[in-house]
Amino acid sequence: MSEKVLMKGNEAIAEAAIVAGCRHYFGYPITPQTEIAAYMAKKMPKIGGTFLQAESEIAAINMVYGVSSTGKRVMTSSSSPGISLKGEGLSYMAGCDLPALVVNVQRGGPGLGGIQPSQSDYFQSTRGGGHGDYHMIVLAPASVQEMAELTVKGFELADEYGITSMILADGTIGQMMEPVSLDFDLKPMPEKPWATTGTKMAREHNITNSLSLVPEELEKFNFARYEKYKKIEENECRYEEYMTEDADIILCAFGIAARVSKNAVNEARSKGIKVGLIRPITLWPFPKAPFAKAATHAKAFISVELSMGQMIEDIKLSTECKVPVYLCNRAGGMIPDPKMVMDMIEKVKAGEN
Amino acid sequence: MVVFDRPHALIDVPLHYCPGCTHGIVHRLVAEVIDELGIEGKTIGIAPVGCSVMAYDYFNCDMIEAAHGRAPAVATGVKRSDPENHIVFTYQGDGDLASIGMAETVHAAARNENITVIFINNAIYGMTGGQMAPTSLPGQVTQTSPYGRDVNHCGYPIKVCEMLSQIDGAEYLERVTVNNVKNVRNAKKAIKKAFQNQIDGKGFSLVEVISSCPTNWGMSPKKALEWIDEKMIPYYPLGVYKDRSANKEEA
Repeated sequence: MSEKVLMKGNEAIAEAAIVAGCRHYFGYPITPQTEIAAYMAKKMPKIGGTFLQAESEIAAINMVYGVSSTGKRVMTSSSSPGISLKGEGLSYMAGCDLPALVVNVQRGGPGLGGIQPSQSDYFQSTRGGGHGDYHMIVLAPASVQEMAELTVKGFELADEYGITSMILADGTIGQMMEPVSLDFDLKPMPEKPWATTGTKMAREHNITNSLSLVPEELEKFNFARYEKYKKIEENECRYEEYMTEDADIILCAFGIAARVSKNAVNEARSKGIKVGLIRPITLWPFPKAPFAKAATHAKAFISVELSMGQMIEDIKLSTECKVPVYLCNRAGGMIPDPKMVMDMIEKVKAGEN
Repeated sequence: MVVFDRPHALIDVPLHYCPGCTHGIVHRLVAEVIDELGIEGKTIGIAPVGCSVMAYDYFNCDMIEAAHGRAPAVATGVKRSDPENHIVFTYQGDGDLASIGMAETVHAAARNENITVIFINNAIYGMTGGQMAPTSLPGQVTQTSPYGRDVNHCGYPIKVCEMLSQIDGAEYLERVTVNNVKNVRNAKKAIKKAFQNQIDGKGFSLVEVISSCPTNWGMSPKKALEWIDEKMIPYYPLGVYKDRSANKEEA
């Protein structure tokens, strides 16, 4: 068994990124993710890497764009309002099929909002966030260990498919401390013949570009990109199922909401109510299969979210609205407790009887 | 014996620029400098948004197309990816560099980012059809200042070299133009120095090239070149605004 260390979720992301071979980090201060930049500022100069505090989130994501164009692993991190600013760069990176890792440790919004945990950037991240037709791979850790594992996975998927991976965390997972193992089997990084590292006078020039003024061509690029997305949907859906097999009521939650929900499942089971949990780990691609399967036997779904109800739409789409989907939510930085979820379970059960 | 040829760093394709536009001259100067310094194989150019957005199709070195105004940030990433082996230049217009990308410009200078910036100032947004630029002259008629730029309403033009000369980090700032043979030769010297500085590790070097836009100025190419002398240069005087190493050598 590998050695475990006690770390904050945000620090686990930073250390895992270094383990994954990331030597370039660009960011701009924003709560609640400052530990990532602080960790990188300390570590990077000692290992021949680059930490640079950019003048803005916009500049930071464009520095990422620059390093990624040269084929190296690179990341940035921010929180909700900062991610909005990065939206332009994320769209350009998608248009150039550039790999990178972007971390969003979400806080409550809209606007300046608050600094407490939230999941209200679900739509923004799973639908792309910037302009144009595109997706990012969106990974939702529910523990400090997963913060580290999904960081490594995020880099690997980004390189494999030529896409930006986003870690969609929240302030709770970012700030909490848990034991974590940083022992990973790393996949070798794929060749990147498209990288703009200078021709060395030995090849045609490479161009990183998202401009395409001929509509027929731009359409072709978009269709090709969606073929890639289809492959990702087929191969990369990740989720955890907990006691779903015989469940009448299925809770659906990711991140910190999934941990609260798991407690509620245990409590409900102790009272003899058959409740299960589906926890999507990839939010895009959304794991439709377990939801479709559960809809064949469950009588109701409850989406537990730290938002006004965003993932609930994907649950309704995945189950084709065959059974009712209820919302159990807090917002603005508040977190539902297991009792609130338990009350909702009992309400739904009473309603169906 | 060949006495005049296309520089290797410039691809043999027709440029899309309007007749009389000086982008072609500046492209050639940059390419000649890349050839003469023998750096094409390690150079990565960053194209802007604006008339020169398709510069990536003209330069033979590796090229990256940046979002509007973001070229200095992209260049920062490319340079810091491999500082020993990457020569990085941005090629930007006045809207790109001095309006939407002002923060990126100022902070790249403040960090003394070891890059070369070629700044085309033609006092107008060309590609979008002739709107008022941050460098449009007082009284200048454009599509969005149809009664002439009223400084009481929309403020004054920005003098980029003068402004950046106040920044400790900036290494070299020079304003040139390309409206006659003598000025073209001076412009080339400045561009070469801006690249040489990067090779020598001296840092942020920017050459502002006062340029013409006959199409959107509504002038013949010849008249546009004269207008540079008559109107542009009095407002934007040519010269070296900062040369940190030269000052050091004198001191």
